[in-house]
Amino acid sequence: MSPNGQMPTNQAPNSAPSPSPSPAPAHTAPPARTMPGHGEVHRHVLVAIVLNKPGVLNRVASLMRARSFNIETLAVSHTDLPEVSRMTLTLRGDDVAVEQAAKQLYRLIDVLKVQDVTSDPTVEHEIALIKVRADDRNRGEVLTLAEMYKAKVVDLAAESLIVEATGTEAEVDALIGLLRGFGIKELVRSGTVVMSRGAGSIEEAAKR
Amino acid sequence: MGTKEGDARTIARDGGSSTATTAETPASAGAADADRRRERINHTPGAGSERAAAIEAGRREMLTDNLRNRIKSLAERGLKRPRIGADAVCEALLREGVEVFFGYPGGVVLPFYDVLGDYPELRHVLVRHEQGGAHAADGYARATGKVGVCLGTSGPGATNLVTGIGNAMLDSVPIVAITGNVVGSLLGKDAFQEIDITGITLPCTKHNYLVREANDIPRIFAEAFHIARTGRPGPVHIDLTKDALMGACTAEHPETVDLPGFKPTFEGHPRQIRLFAQEIARAQRPVILAGHGVLISNATNELRELAEKAQIPVVHTLLGVSAIDETHPLSFGFVGMHGWKHANKAIQSADLLIALGMRFDDRVTGHVPTFAPYARIVHVDIDPAEIGKNVAVEIPIVGDVKRVLAALLPQVVQVDPELRAAYLAEMAEWRAESEKTPWHGSGAWRDGQLSADFVVCKIGEASNHDATMVADVGQNQMWTARYAGFRRPNSHISSGGLGTMGFGLPAAMGAAIGRPDKETWAIVGDGGLQMTVQELMTLVQDHVPVKIALLDNHKLGMVRQWQELVYAGNYHSSHLLGPDWVKLAEAYGVAGFRASTPEEVDSAIAAARAVDGPALVHFEIAEQQNVFPMMPAGKGLSDLIEEQFEEPKQ
Repeated sequence: MSPNGQMPTNQAPNSAPSPSPSPAPAHTAPPARTMPGHGEVHRHVLVAIVLNKPGVLNRVASLMRARSFNIETLAVSHTDLPEVSRMTLTLRGDDVAVEQAAKQLYRLIDVLKVQDVTSDPTVEHEIALIKVRADDRNRGEVLTLAEMYKAKVVDLAAESLIVEATGTEAEVDALIGLLRGFGIKELVRSGTVVMSRGAGSIEEAAKR
Repeated sequence: MGTKEGDARTIARDGGSSTATTAETPASAGAADADRRRERINHTPGAGSERAAAIEAGRREMLTDNLRNRIKSLAERGLKRPRIGADAVCEALLREGVEVFFGYPGGVVLPFYDVLGDYPELRHVLVRHEQGGAHAADGYARATGKVGVCLGTSGPGATNLVTGIGNAMLDSVPIVAITGNVVGSLLGKDAFQEIDITGITLPCTKHNYLVREANDIPRIFAEAFHIARTGRPGPVHIDLTKDALMGACTAEHPETVDLPGFKPTFEGHPRQIRLFAQEIARAQRPVILAGHGVLISNATNELRELAEKAQIPVVHTLLGVSAIDETHPLSFGFVGMHGWKHANKAIQSADLLIALGMRFDDRVTGHVPTFAPYARIVHVDIDPAEIGKNVAVEIPIVGDVKRVLAALLPQVVQVDPELRAAYLAEMAEWRAESEKTPWHGSGAWRDGQLSADFVVCKIGEASNHDATMVADVGQNQMWTARYAGFRRPNSHISSGGLGTMGFGLPAAMGAAIGRPDKETWAIVGDGGLQMTVQELMTLVQDHVPVKIALLDNHKLGMVRQWQELVYAGNYHSSHLLGPDWVKLAEAYGVAGFRASTPEEVDSAIAAARAVDGPALVHFEIAEQQNVFPMMPAGKGLSDLIEEQFEEPKQ
C-alpha cells in the first residue's frame, strides 16, 4: 500500500506528467514497463509429447529446476507409439511464467509438442493409494466414505486397509482430508494425468 | 491485435503482449503455419546474401557425390585396416566442412588420435588446456560463421571444456564439443577418469549425446552439426565411449537428419511484420537496438537499409558491436551498463524500440520497470523463448532477423531525412556531449599515467579498423567495445553472456586461424591473461600471428571499480601481481614489447604489427582508471554514474 492508502497501480492516468527528465515524446507518459512473471498465480496443467529416448525425463526435470519452475506433479508414461512418451506436468505460476516454461520445453530437441490444457475441457485424473488405520470399530465408517467417493478398498487387514481412490486432484484431496481423522499410515499419489475431451489428439498433432 | 491504433496500444499494455506472444508459439499456431514451419530448411547464417550463398554452395558441394568421393575411404588411402568409429568421426568432420579443430589427447581418445594421422586434411591444433580449445573453437566460429570443433578426453579433459561450452551457450555460438569416455561396460562404475559429463553439460548445451555404438556415430554427428548451426546456434556436446571409437563401423553417413522435435521458425509471421511496418510509420522517435542475432543471421545489410530508409538511429548491445559500421551517420554506439550515455538516453526517450536478435539481458535493460519507459517494443528473435522472457513486448516476431527484415523492407515507408532532422540533431548533440566526457584524448589519465581508452583507440586506428578484435572480460572488454571503432561485421569478439575471464587469448587464436586474411588482436587484462596464458605456447607451435595487447593495471580492474564505487573502497583481493610480461612472452618465444607512456604507444603497436608471428605488448596503464559511465546494479539506464573529473596536478 502506498502512503495515501491506495493500491499502487501500473496504470498511470492519462494526464500523468512525465516522470523522467528525458524529453517526453508526443504521446502521454506510459505506465511502468511490466515485468513478465508477476501476474496472478494459478495451477496449470501442461502436456508434453516427447521422444522416448534415454535421459528425456532428466532433460525436462533439469530444465524446470534450472529455470526455477516449480513442478507440483509429473506423470510420465509410454503412449501407443513406441517412440513417443507423454508427460503431464502440473505447476503453479502466472500465465506468462507458464508460457515461458512451455517455450523453454520446446527448446529441448527431444520435445515434440507442449500444450497448456488448463482452460481446455479435459478429463483429469489421478490415482491414490491410502493406507488407513481401521479396525472393527470404525471400518464401516471408512468403507462408507470410500464408497461415497467411488473409491475401492483393495487390501484389508485387521488394523488397516488400503483405499484406492481416483479422481481429480481436488476430489482426492477431499477424500484424504476426511480419512486423515482415522490416521493415514501411508499415502502415494500418481500425479495428475489429463486428456482433452473430444476427437482432437495432441499425439496426432505432434506427429504432423 | 488488429484493432484500431488506440485500442491496440491499450491491449498491448494490459498484457496483450502475452496473447500476441502466444500467437507466435508453435503450441497454438494454426495448422497451416505449423505445416509451413515444419518444412525442413537448411539454414546457413543469413540465407540470401553473397556470403551465405558461398557457404551454402560450399556445403552443397560437400554433399555432392563429387566431393564425397574426395573424402577418401580407407581403401583409397591405401589402408588395409577395418573402418572403426574413430574413422567415422574423421569422415563426419570432413563432411561437415571442418578444416581445423582444437583438441587435447588422453587415454580414452587415443583410438581417435591413432587414426587422425590418416586424415591429413584435418588440421589438429594441440592446445595447452581444454578450456583454451573450447574458447578457440568459439572464436573460430564467431570469426568465420562456421561450426567450431573442440575435443578433450574423459574426466578432467571433459570438465575443462565445460566453461567454454557454457560460454558458447550463453552467446549462441555454434560449436561441437567432442569428449571421450570410458568403455561402455565401465560407465557408472567410477572408473579411472570417468565422470558423468553428459549430465554435467546437459543444462549448458543446446543438445548433447552419449554414443555407445560405433554405428551411431555418422547419424549423431550429422544431427549434432545440424543442431549447432541451425536456428539459434549453440553448442552441442558428443560424448563417445572408448569402445564406440574402437568398434567396427559399417554405418553410412546420412544425407539428411530426422529431428521431429527441432524445427526452428525462420520466416516472421506476415501479420506481425505488417504491424511492425505500421509501428515504424507511426513512430516519432524510433530506435533500433541491434544484437548478436543481426551478425549471426548476416543481416547487417538489411539493418543498414532499414535504418536509412526510415531514418532510424541504430544502437547495439555488446555482442551487436560491428553489426553496423560505427562511422555510419545513423550508428550511435553501444548501450547498457557501460554503454554510451547518449545511446542509453536514446532508448530511454524512444517511442519505438526495434529490438533485433537480442535478448534483453540485465546488463542492457537495468531495472526493467524503468527501461525504455516511453517505447512500444518490436522484438524480433529466432528463439520463441526469448520473447516475453525478460521484458514484455508489444509486437513479438519469431523469425530469422535477416528474413524478417527482408520481408519488412518493402513495406517500410521511405522517410524524408528532413522529417527526422530535429530528432537526429538532438541525438547528435547528446552524442557530442557524451563522447567528450570520459575520453582521454591526450593518452594520459591522471598524473600522466597511460589511459586504456587511448591505447585501444590507437590499436583500432593502426589496424585500419579491419582487424578482428577479441576482448577478454572486464574493463578491457568495455574499453574495446567503446573505443576500438568497428567497421567490419564480426570484427568484434567478446564473451558477453557468461563473462568468461581467460576467453580473450584462446578465442583470438581460434579467430586468427579461422580468418588468416585478417589481422587479429587480443585485448586482455592482466587478470584474464593469467587464466589462460599457457596458450602463448600454442600460438608459437602453430604459428598463429595473434597480437596481444595486455592492458596491465596490476588489478582485477572491474572488481576494483565495483569495490571503489559500490563497496566503499574495500579493495579486498583485487590487487594482483603479474610476471615480467615481456620476459614471459620471450620465454615462450613470443616477441614482447612494452609501453608505459602515451608517447610509446604508437611505436609499440607498430613494432608488434611488424612481427611475423605472435607478439605481446605490455601496456602499463593507470592503476585506478575506471570505465565510465556505469549503471549501478539494480538501477536503470537513466541512472548512470559518470567520471568525476579532477584536473591533473600541476
